[in-house]
Amino acid sequence: MTHPVVLAAGAAATTQSIAFWVLAIGSVGAALGMVLARKAVHCAMLLAFVMLTLAIMYAMQGAPFLAFVQVIVYTGAVLMLFLFVLMIVGVTSADSVTETIKGQRLAAGLAGIGLLVLLSLVVGQAVIGPAAPGGPNFGSANVGAIAALIFTTYVFPFEVTSALLITAALGAMVLAHRERTSPRPTQRDLSIRRMTGGRPAPLPGPGTYARHNAVDMPAMLPDGSAARLSVSAVMGVRAVSGITIAGLDELAVPQAPALGETPAAGDTGDTGDTSGPAAGTGGQEER
Amino acid sequence: MISPAHYVALAVILFVIGAVGVLVRRNAIVIFMCVELMLNAVNLAFVAFARLHGNLDGQVIAFFVMVVAASEVVVGLAILTSIFRTRKSASVDDANLLKY
Repeated sequence: MTHPVVLAAGAAATTQSIAFWVLAIGSVGAALGMVLARKAVHCAMLLAFVMLTLAIMYAMQGAPFLAFVQVIVYTGAVLMLFLFVLMIVGVTSADSVTETIKGQRLAAGLAGIGLLVLLSLVVGQAVIGPAAPGGPNFGSANVGAIAALIFTTYVFPFEVTSALLITAALGAMVLAHRERTSPRPTQRDLSIRRMTGGRPAPLPGPGTYARHNAVDMPAMLPDGSAARLSVSAVMGVRAVSGITIAGLDELAVPQAPALGETPAAGDTGDTGDTSGPAAGTGGQEER
Repeated sequence: MISPAHYVALAVILFVIGAVGVLVRRNAIVIFMCVELMLNAVNLAFVAFARLHGNLDGQVIAFFVMVVAASEVVVGLAILTSIFRTRKSASVDDANLLKY
């Protein structure tokens, strides 16, 4: 007759193995999807999934502190930072499919297979036995035990970590800081530029007199053609069937360079302000 | 029964996927994400070995790896934004001024 504690341990082992296989297959699939996905935002979401599955695995292996740090630091802070930068750099920055170096993908795949074989051989050669008996350090007393370890054995690396964090914060501020190379345009400058820019009136809003009022729907001009300037330059114009996009020439006003475009000549790199002639007009407020 | 060897094998697979991603992808941000995946895989191996040996040193090392990874991401993304600000591109093919 089996002891009930042994039975419970067996049930826990079954639960753990089921959880492991589900999480392992899910994380490997999400990691593969991250490598294969074209859009960077999809990559970030799949990476968040991988990190959450890893957090659950840490908890399963008796590391509740690391599991929470994983959720808070990685999925909470690091991935949100990734998403912020993606929004700055442009969500539409999908990878191009053309190979710049000939045969690079094939070589990368072969190198990956080689690395997998090498690491598998290393891990297969090593004798990885069953887990040691856990004790309270892998459960309720985990946080206290890690704190004791950090503040006794690892106190010097921990202090060095603080120096590293301060240096990183300072470096990020220095790198992300931007000196303004031209004086900030005053309201008077902006109004003069607007009056002399050839187009004193605001730009037409998207969707005016069109079939929909979506932001990517060009407004209709009196002659029935679509006003290209009514749609923000960072957005593609929705295909309007049967309507040619005309009226470009009479509405053509030099605009501030959009994200992903080459800057106009004379741009001092100070692209943060909307210093184009269309500054302050409707439909151009996205910068 | 799931032993630490299973976790180490999973860590190997995730590490290789991240390495291939670093080699294949050309958007610098996605390359960064793949590096993060590799760091996470190593963390998983550390936690598995901590469980194997029954002491907490592996978990402390994984914690330090997380701290270093966080500061690395902060500085790296700041570099990326400044590169994007001047060159209007996040592709690693376009930042080739120092290329031989």
